[in-house]
Amino acid sequence: MTMETFPWLTVLIAAPAVGALVVWLGGPALQRFARQIAFGWSVVVLALAVVMATGFKADGSIQFAERYEWIPQFGVSYAVGVNGVGLTMVLLSALLVPLVLLAAWKEQPDPAKAAHYAALVLCLETFMIAVFAARDVFFFYLLFEAMLIPVYFMIGSFGGPGAKKAAVKFLLYSLAGGLVMLAGVIAVWTSGPRGRTGFMIDSLIGFDWGSTSVERLMFLSFFVAFAVKAPMFPVHTWLPDAAQAAKPGTSVLLVGVLDKVGTFGMITLCLPLFPEATTWAAPVIVVLAVVSIFWGALLALGQSDILRMIAYTSVSHFGFIVLGVFAFTSTAEIGASFYMVNHGLSTGALFLLAGFLIARRGTQDMTKMGPGLQRTTPLLAGTFLVVGLSAVALPGLSTFVSEFMVLVGTYQRIPAAAVISALGVIMAALYILIAYQKIFTGPKQDDLADTPDLNGRELWVVAPLIALMLVFGLYPKPAIDWLKAPAAETVEQAGYKEPLPEVLENLLSAPDPGAESLVTVGRASSSLEGGQS
Amino acid sequence: MSVLAAPEIHIEWSALAPVLIVLGAAVVATLVEAFVPRQARRLVQVPLALLSVAAAGLVALQLALTASSSTTAAAQGNLAVDPMALYLQLAIAACSLLGLLVIADRTVQGEDAFAPQASAVPASEYEEQVRRAGWTQTDVFPLVLFAVGGMMLFPAATDLITLFVSLEVLSLPLYLLTGMARHRRLLSQEASLKYFLLGALASAFFLFGAAWVYGATGTLNLYVIQISVSSVTGLSPILVVGAVLILVGLLFKVGAVPFHAWTPDVYQGAPTVVTGFMAACTKIAAFGALLRVIYAMVPGLEWSLEPVLWTVAILTMVVGTVVGLVQKDVKRLLAYSAIAHAGFILVGVTAYSLEGLSGSLFYLFTYGISTVGAFGVLSLVREVDSDGHMRGEATGLDQWRGLGRRSPLLAGCFAIFLLSFAGIPLTSGFVAKFAVFGAAFGSGAAALGIVGLACSAAAAFFYARVIQVMFFDSPPDEEVRLTTVGPGIGVRTLGFTQIAIAVSLALTLVLGIVPGWFLSFTEELSSLLMLTR
Repeated sequence: MTMETFPWLTVLIAAPAVGALVVWLGGPALQRFARQIAFGWSVVVLALAVVMATGFKADGSIQFAERYEWIPQFGVSYAVGVNGVGLTMVLLSALLVPLVLLAAWKEQPDPAKAAHYAALVLCLETFMIAVFAARDVFFFYLLFEAMLIPVYFMIGSFGGPGAKKAAVKFLLYSLAGGLVMLAGVIAVWTSGPRGRTGFMIDSLIGFDWGSTSVERLMFLSFFVAFAVKAPMFPVHTWLPDAAQAAKPGTSVLLVGVLDKVGTFGMITLCLPLFPEATTWAAPVIVVLAVVSIFWGALLALGQSDILRMIAYTSVSHFGFIVLGVFAFTSTAEIGASFYMVNHGLSTGALFLLAGFLIARRGTQDMTKMGPGLQRTTPLLAGTFLVVGLSAVALPGLSTFVSEFMVLVGTYQRIPAAAVISALGVIMAALYILIAYQKIFTGPKQDDLADTPDLNGRELWVVAPLIALMLVFGLYPKPAIDWLKAPAAETVEQAGYKEPLPEVLENLLSAPDPGAESLVTVGRASSSLEGGQS
Repeated sequence: MSVLAAPEIHIEWSALAPVLIVLGAAVVATLVEAFVPRQARRLVQVPLALLSVAAAGLVALQLALTASSSTTAAAQGNLAVDPMALYLQLAIAACSLLGLLVIADRTVQGEDAFAPQASAVPASEYEEQVRRAGWTQTDVFPLVLFAVGGMMLFPAATDLITLFVSLEVLSLPLYLLTGMARHRRLLSQEASLKYFLLGALASAFFLFGAAWVYGATGTLNLYVIQISVSSVTGLSPILVVGAVLILVGLLFKVGAVPFHAWTPDVYQGAPTVVTGFMAACTKIAAFGALLRVIYAMVPGLEWSLEPVLWTVAILTMVVGTVVGLVQKDVKRLLAYSAIAHAGFILVGVTAYSLEGLSGSLFYLFTYGISTVGAFGVLSLVREVDSDGHMRGEATGLDQWRGLGRRSPLLAGCFAIFLLSFAGIPLTSGFVAKFAVFGAAFGSGAAALGIVGLACSAAAAFFYARVIQVMFFDSPPDEEVRLTTVGPGIGVRTLGFTQIAIAVSLALTLVLGIVPGWFLSFTEELSSLLMLTR
């Protein structure tokens, strides 16, 4: 079996599920080693994903595709395949899972509970990989909903005080969004092309839905579900509660990966399937995105609970991602896809570090953790600062690249939104630096003297994330190469052309026969510029 | 030969075999009660009941597989042996078989769910003596068999009088069975009386309606009515009144609002094992009859009946969901959930299309199977007094706190049934909902579909609450325990219930994950049926 014909994605989807079953049903003998098994398993999955990625060609096509008929009566197929955006998200999921398992090593003293948690994480990994690989709307929807169940239990059964309420709130918000989307999914079937491939994304792209109002309603039903998931203002309120009550490891997966399903869905479903409605809704969505940026940042400033604060910063960051998606330029589109990866790395690391802090200080209240912790735990302070600055999008770190591209790309189409959003960066600096100041700076405190610094395991959890942020910050080309072609394709599917510099626009209107070729060169170079900025 | 020359009556014995087997076994079982010594009765009754229902199911399956598009009218045109009848008979046989397993189960102390002597006055000296003597009321089995026989006839009947007779054959044993609970006998007897009185009222409505229809058309045969209805120009008010009254009688059995008042009380008062059987099988049978009546009458009376059906469907979904939200008793909660589900199925029925019919048939089977399983779990959660003796069932939601910790497997099974009721993907409930709502969207009843989706979202809340209570709350004090000894499987009964739960769980998951084969089955049946119309 060659590299091309090997069912990579199916194996990647199935492997964590098998691991989850082994850990969950393994009985007490196996459960004592549940952590080791689960961690080892997830590392193998990561290795597999990396091997798969080496065979990926950055030409914008859907690769590693497989398709089997599943429910032919409804036109449902088991169809998987990834382009650059899907692949980076699959890799991100595969990377974060072992780190989360490693970070939670000592969280559950009871081996049965630890096994239960590990099984849930692996089960979630299956759904995460599958949802980013899905090429069938129905299959995507199934996973979108089924993912709720492990997360619901991860929050409710393992969270701190208030976890029950937070879990139910999370479930109800997501279910409500999901059922709104179900109406859209049903409409895709009843007013779509039907037939045995009636739900394949590829057969729906460019489909004429017949009526504008139907298309707009379908777009809205999908978008509402994704906005709840992402979470965008004003349907974001479940996230801070969930993040505050859940274990930080759960939040890493919840915010780092799961919420990306929302923005991923916007990129892969909303824009290509409903281009007319996308254009129609874009002004409102852009406004909501800008509001999210500031609303999240303002509320982050006002939090004393560290997990709540990180959750609100994410609301702000998701505002940037959505802004990039709905700016319809390939630079912004690349920026948004890249932002999804970087936000996973940065916020994931921030949640993990917050978890280490909480484990040491026994409180989630930032004002009670410090001050002056930096004197006794320099490593913790240093990593927190680096990771925190990545949330501020400091140049040299990968988040800068993506945020900059989103802003530049947005400026090409909607200058006002870009200018206003750029102010959000300042607020980001505020909430992170104030948090750092509260916890770490200040004179040495005697009662903090015996607070241990990061140990080896904890360093190994954070190091890969920081390393990746630095690598992509200094040399983003490999990632951007993957994301470039899908981004251009998305913009085209949404019915837009790359905006051109004014000079070229003028040339195009001039009756010069050579202008056409110059403009083609200009288009190519402007998208190239986007790729290398 | 004979002096009295009776008209020659032709009965298609082989086509009626499923019904005849069950009713024959019921008669034999009655004789067993009379002639077999008390100690041996159970030993005879249980295998007799199980085998006869299984045999009936197998025969129905055999007939269904060889069924052709031509409807076989049997028993002088009083019964139809068409694909739908056979399919529903098969579904009823399957659900009753599982239900019978639960009914036949008893604890290791030899207590089943029924009063030792139903005729004994509650809390009387005689009752105590009988209990001490360890008598059991084995009349349960012939009663169940009669009910099953009636249920199998009900969806096959094509004549209003036959419909009425089978309605009574299935109802009378259920009234009795409802009053036979071992624990909380007064509640049980009250429920029985209520069920009987309201049921008699509904029967009267039905009969009255049949009389009106006869007056309008001069016939009781549904096919002839169908022809005369469609040939009449201008609506006959007499016919409309008759049709509405007949529908009232049937909607009562289905448990649709506003004819649902009996449901919660009867579900709660009846022995749980009977509730499960009744909830699943009555719903299948009554919907079968309803489908037949509607499909016979609606073509001609569409404009008069559709508003009625729409109103009932919407009311049923909304009332079932909203009132269900505030229930504190698991059995009552499931009763309101049953009402809401009746509304969801009505959406498929009202869609009045191939997809609608196929979806309703699928929904009926999967809902029935999950219901038997869910009530099976319910019957295993018991109160235990300080001496370790089993008392009544623990159905208060408070008593279920922490069930997931003490008995993870049992609670896990129940959670999956609830998720299926809530319509979460990868369970059969989701596929069923998709099928009926999709049919509604596709046939111009989108409003019904949207109400259905909204209600599903709201109903998810009360299912989630039970899951929350089971898994996230800590267990109550020791006064209420389960009959659990092992890690969740070792409930101390004969194990029949566990088998039934396992089978229905497997079917719930299989039909949720790979529903294609079954959907093609129901679709094929529906297309055969639509052809013959």
